[in-house]
Amino acid sequence: MEDKGSSFVIAVYVDNKYGVLTRVTSMFTRRGFNIDSLTVGVTESPEYSRITISMSGDGYARAQMLNQLRKLFNVKKVEVLEETDAVQRELILVKIKNDPDEHQRVLSALDIFKAHIIDYSVEALCVEVTGAPAKIDAFIEMVRPLGIIELCRTGIVALQKGGKNMLESPDVN
Amino acid sequence: MKMKGAQIVIETLIEQGVTDVFGYPGGQVLDIYDALYTSSDRISHHLTAHEQGAAHAADGYSRATGKVGVCFATSGPGATNLVTGIATAMLDSVPMVAITGNVAQSMIGRDSFQEIDITGITLPITKHNYFIHDVNKLADKIREAFRIAKSGRPGPVLIDIPKDIQTAIGEFEPKPVAEPFPLPEPDPARIAKAVELINARKKIFIHIGGGVIGSKTYGLVTELADKVDAVIGCSLMGLSAIPTEHPRFLGMQGMHGHYASSMASSKADLIIAVGTRFSDRATGNKQKFAKNSDIIHIDLDFAEINKNITANIGISGNIETTLKAILAGVEKAEHPEWISDVNALREREKSVIPSVPQLDPYFVIDAINKTVDADTVIATDVGQHQMWAAQFVNFRKPRKMISSGGLGTMGFGMGAAIGAAVGSGNKTVLITGDGSFGMNLNELCTAVASGVPLTIVIMDNGVLGMVRQWQTLFYNMHYSSTTLGKRVDYVKLAEAFGAKGVLTDTLDGFKSAFSEAYNSGGVTVIDCLIDKDEFVLPMLPPGGAIDDMITRKGE
Repeated sequence: MEDKGSSFVIAVYVDNKYGVLTRVTSMFTRRGFNIDSLTVGVTESPEYSRITISMSGDGYARAQMLNQLRKLFNVKKVEVLEETDAVQRELILVKIKNDPDEHQRVLSALDIFKAHIIDYSVEALCVEVTGAPAKIDAFIEMVRPLGIIELCRTGIVALQKGGKNMLESPDVN
Repeated sequence: MKMKGAQIVIETLIEQGVTDVFGYPGGQVLDIYDALYTSSDRISHHLTAHEQGAAHAADGYSRATGKVGVCFATSGPGATNLVTGIATAMLDSVPMVAITGNVAQSMIGRDSFQEIDITGITLPITKHNYFIHDVNKLADKIREAFRIAKSGRPGPVLIDIPKDIQTAIGEFEPKPVAEPFPLPEPDPARIAKAVELINARKKIFIHIGGGVIGSKTYGLVTELADKVDAVIGCSLMGLSAIPTEHPRFLGMQGMHGHYASSMASSKADLIIAVGTRFSDRATGNKQKFAKNSDIIHIDLDFAEINKNITANIGISGNIETTLKAILAGVEKAEHPEWISDVNALREREKSVIPSVPQLDPYFVIDAINKTVDADTVIATDVGQHQMWAAQFVNFRKPRKMISSGGLGTMGFGMGAAIGAAVGSGNKTVLITGDGSFGMNLNELCTAVASGVPLTIVIMDNGVLGMVRQWQTLFYNMHYSSTTLGKRVDYVKLAEAFGAKGVLTDTLDGFKSAFSEAYNSGGVTVIDCLIDKDEFVLPMLPPGGAIDDMITRKGE
């Protein structure tokens, strides 16, 4: 039990129906899984939603998570998206204090991280950044000393690299 | 054909082969009960005293017959009263469909009278559940519920039907009985590995669970045991799959398992587990379980492989085809040393069997064994009496042990016994304790009204015996709240409900009372006075392994 495990991302196709997200998250509670982030949205097919779960754990936790997800009636497909084999992105909105003395530092931070200013007022500027989760973490640390008023992250979305459609591919994990 | 939603419910149940429903009416199922009234020549309703009893009855019905049990309840408290029964069915993989009414959709979310989110409440204790939004989908949802309940590893499904759907007019066209989804087939490469391992081993122990009863593979299990010269043990849920007197059968293993069975499993060099999930009650301390042996784990549910115990070879999928393939692959073998080791364990086990006939759990069950026929259903509640029944009842046919394993539900017995008696049409004996019986004894009126042949044997020791046993062993004899201290006159109680009541304090008195009750075909309560300090032995202490087994009092 030494192995605290690593973090990984699981993509899940579920029926696009009322209450399905609750079924999935209720299972996490029942089985004692702790997740880091969860996003859900429509897919290329209107019948299905796609849930992207980011969690950490050892091999046992990972196998249990996959098995228990696959047992749910509304779950159609479950796959681990390995970091090397998938692209991952996250979006963040950050409201930063608009301090005229710090203007230059703010602008250069935004420039480095390819952030966009999406709202500007006397008190604050609201910026948007997208990128892999590590980049988002780094951005937060960069602007924290400048005065973060509020921030909001979407959680990870991810797709496998290459030309495959996950739903139509055989299980690999 | 057009009809009201409530009528669609009843027509779909009949179409799916349902003949008996257990339930309790109320405000939000009035329409369903009205439809039931006009269809009473085609489907029987059994009114219980409490919705919990209805859920346990549907469960007991299913366990005794293999069919899907069905129960009805109204919204709010009616629905929440089903919860313990649904959870009991979930933990023991029993196929059940629970149908609840709810307030009209226009009233949902307003904390209306007797409104409750029962689909939310039962999410973690059902295999799946439904809230019906559209009367035209009602019949197909019910069919899907039956399909899910009985497919693969079975389980309970709940359907919540708001009042407006029950009264709305919808389309109904009869369809055939829903067939279960095809079972996933095992991986031939893993079977080949299993065959290789079995051929190489000399001390093989087959551990079976309820999955063997569900898949009807008891014959294949004994065939395999004969071919590779193995012995067989089981979990609580596996009881009655193999006849107790089968020469290769050692009985239940685990916390209160048979000495020979638990010891043999720890001495084996290979455990073949079939249709079981390695409950902590069956394994004891998991770190120390089966230290000396490899494990082949065969189960229908892929999620059970490596969940509780890591297997050397895990084979998920169709148990029947798996066992057939293994049987075809393994070589006929004889392992006389192993069998002689096991026989020595059996001799040691026999030495602790009580030899002085008196009114104690062993001789009470011995008397039951000598009276009942092979078709008799034995139901239990939960506690010491349940373990004594598991250890001593002589099972001769599958589906004759009706007992709450996973959830360990005290109060399960009355409802379950009634359901089992209704479903099987056989004489039924409920072995219970005064603690468990007290929880749902109101169902005595249901038993009497249903006219089921039910003999209730209360192992009456005036204490909550199992908890008391733990208090004796591990809590310095602090008998906190386990001495019932209320003498109930069970004879008068039985009579008040219209049943027969007998009090016995001698073994001979019990024998004649039981024989008369059993042969009467009616409902009898036998209050059987036993000592409050009887222990269930052997016992693996909590966290303990086979080596820590307590086999005698005072060890």
